[in-house]
Amino acid sequence: MAARVPAGVSGPAGAQTVRPAAAVRGLTRRFGDRAVLDGLDLVIGRGEFVALLGRSGSGKSTLLRALAGLDDEVEGGLEVDGSVAVAFQEPRLVPWKRVRDNLTLGLTAPDPVSRAEAALAEVGLTDRAGAWPLTLSGGEAQRASLARALVREPGLLLLDEPFSALDALTRITVHRLVLDLWAAHGPAVLLVTHDVDEALLLADRVLVLDDGRVAHEWTVAAPRPRHRDHPGLLTLRAALLTALGVTPEGPA
Amino acid sequence: MSVVELRGELGSAVRAGPRPHPRPRPRAAASRRHRKGWHRWVSPLVLVLLWQAASASGLLPARLLAAPSQIASTTLDLVSTGTLPTAIAVSLERVLLGFAAGALTGIGLALVAGLSRAGENAVDPIMQMLRALPFFGLIPLFILWFGIGEAPKVLLVALAVSFPLYLNTFAGIRGVDGKLAEVARTLRLGRAALVRHIVLPGALPQTLVGLRQSLGVAWLALIVAEQVNADAGLGFMINDAREFLRTDVIVVGLLVYSALGLLTDALVRLLERRALVWRREFLPG
Repeated sequence: MAARVPAGVSGPAGAQTVRPAAAVRGLTRRFGDRAVLDGLDLVIGRGEFVALLGRSGSGKSTLLRALAGLDDEVEGGLEVDGSVAVAFQEPRLVPWKRVRDNLTLGLTAPDPVSRAEAALAEVGLTDRAGAWPLTLSGGEAQRASLARALVREPGLLLLDEPFSALDALTRITVHRLVLDLWAAHGPAVLLVTHDVDEALLLADRVLVLDDGRVAHEWTVAAPRPRHRDHPGLLTLRAALLTALGVTPEGPA
Repeated sequence: MSVVELRGELGSAVRAGPRPHPRPRPRAAASRRHRKGWHRWVSPLVLVLLWQAASASGLLPARLLAAPSQIASTTLDLVSTGTLPTAIAVSLERVLLGFAAGALTGIGLALVAGLSRAGENAVDPIMQMLRALPFFGLIPLFILWFGIGEAPKVLLVALAVSFPLYLNTFAGIRGVDGKLAEVARTLRLGRAALVRHIVLPGALPQTLVGLRQSLGVAWLALIVAEQVNADAGLGFMINDAREFLRTDVIVVGLLVYSALGLLTDALVRLLERRALVWRREFLPG
């Protein structure tokens, strides 16, 4: 069980006076003898967009599940300021609830239905509010899942590879949508992804997880909207691929 | 053609007793089947005509099996004298009472066992042991315990109904997608809301399978129970007819049993269509 420590007292974000969206100190998670997370430290600032990369089994999803409160067996300090919402890899809409009712499920804010309608309008699903989830396309379902997360006005939005099952064209649209929603609502975002380009296009900061800790960290300063052949991004891309153990093709 | 063979063929032609139905098919296939539907009526019709001819020629004596025409006119008589409606009402009441009691017990125990480990440990071993008992074999004990009135008949139906509903509801609850339970956790749903919004609706399709099975065995249990000293109801009508070699009345009774079985099955299918409208296979297009 993680010990609750006050966030924002010290550490990398100590310069800020406001509490960070999330602060993780010495987080450890063992599966049998193997420590998938091994004393991991991470601070996510308010409204910061962080992308988390790492090889398969590096503990990306384990960290996300710990932050989402889905893992009761982590050890170490874990503090999240405000509410957390999650959009999973598969949209995980409740199939027997209409799209609108998926959004209002567990929503305690006043007038949940009109808030849900507003959130659906934001993701362009106004006309699908009364639809059954199984009738949605993959992109629609993922947008509904994002709307369900955002309607809760979270301080921290966790995205667990939510774009990986989408086709390339839909993914571009949903990337733009996520940036728009992030700009409009301003939650801190932790995006777990396998896709180096996706991380570089979206995030303020890119982390690479290795040996159960944050092994590398880059700040992405390029202004948005970004293009993948921006020279700064190309340099970063090569460095990231090297950190992930992939030799970049051709000269960077 | 021997009489025994003919009875066998009759049995398959009128589909005696309720049976599990095939899974709902896509609409296109259903309408294709519908267009050629009359083809399927030819052989049963021929069989009835052969049966009528065998009866009329004396090949099939009425004490073994009455003619279809005789059965039809007996049906009209039984309805107009009020014998059949009364018998149906009595039998229907037994099934409904037994079904209600069995369904409450079966589903209630499934909730206890399904929603907690302690409940499972308390309930499931006992249910699995009782399930192994052949419940028709309990009739002698039931007569000793409850006499020969309505109670043993209703209780036998209740017992028969409770097991399919228990097993299917329990399996349905345990089969609910753990990923949806995680979603419920991230949405900050409490335990009661988790059960109400995720667990119970998730278990419903399997419970409806259990409902269909249990209605099938409910009628079966009733037929058996009504052989035991009934003084009213369809079983009584059939037993009474046997005393007087009235094979026409016996066949009417059997046909009514199957019609009632098919009717309750159709009701469950209607319920399924309404309750499981969210499933892809029920959705148009």
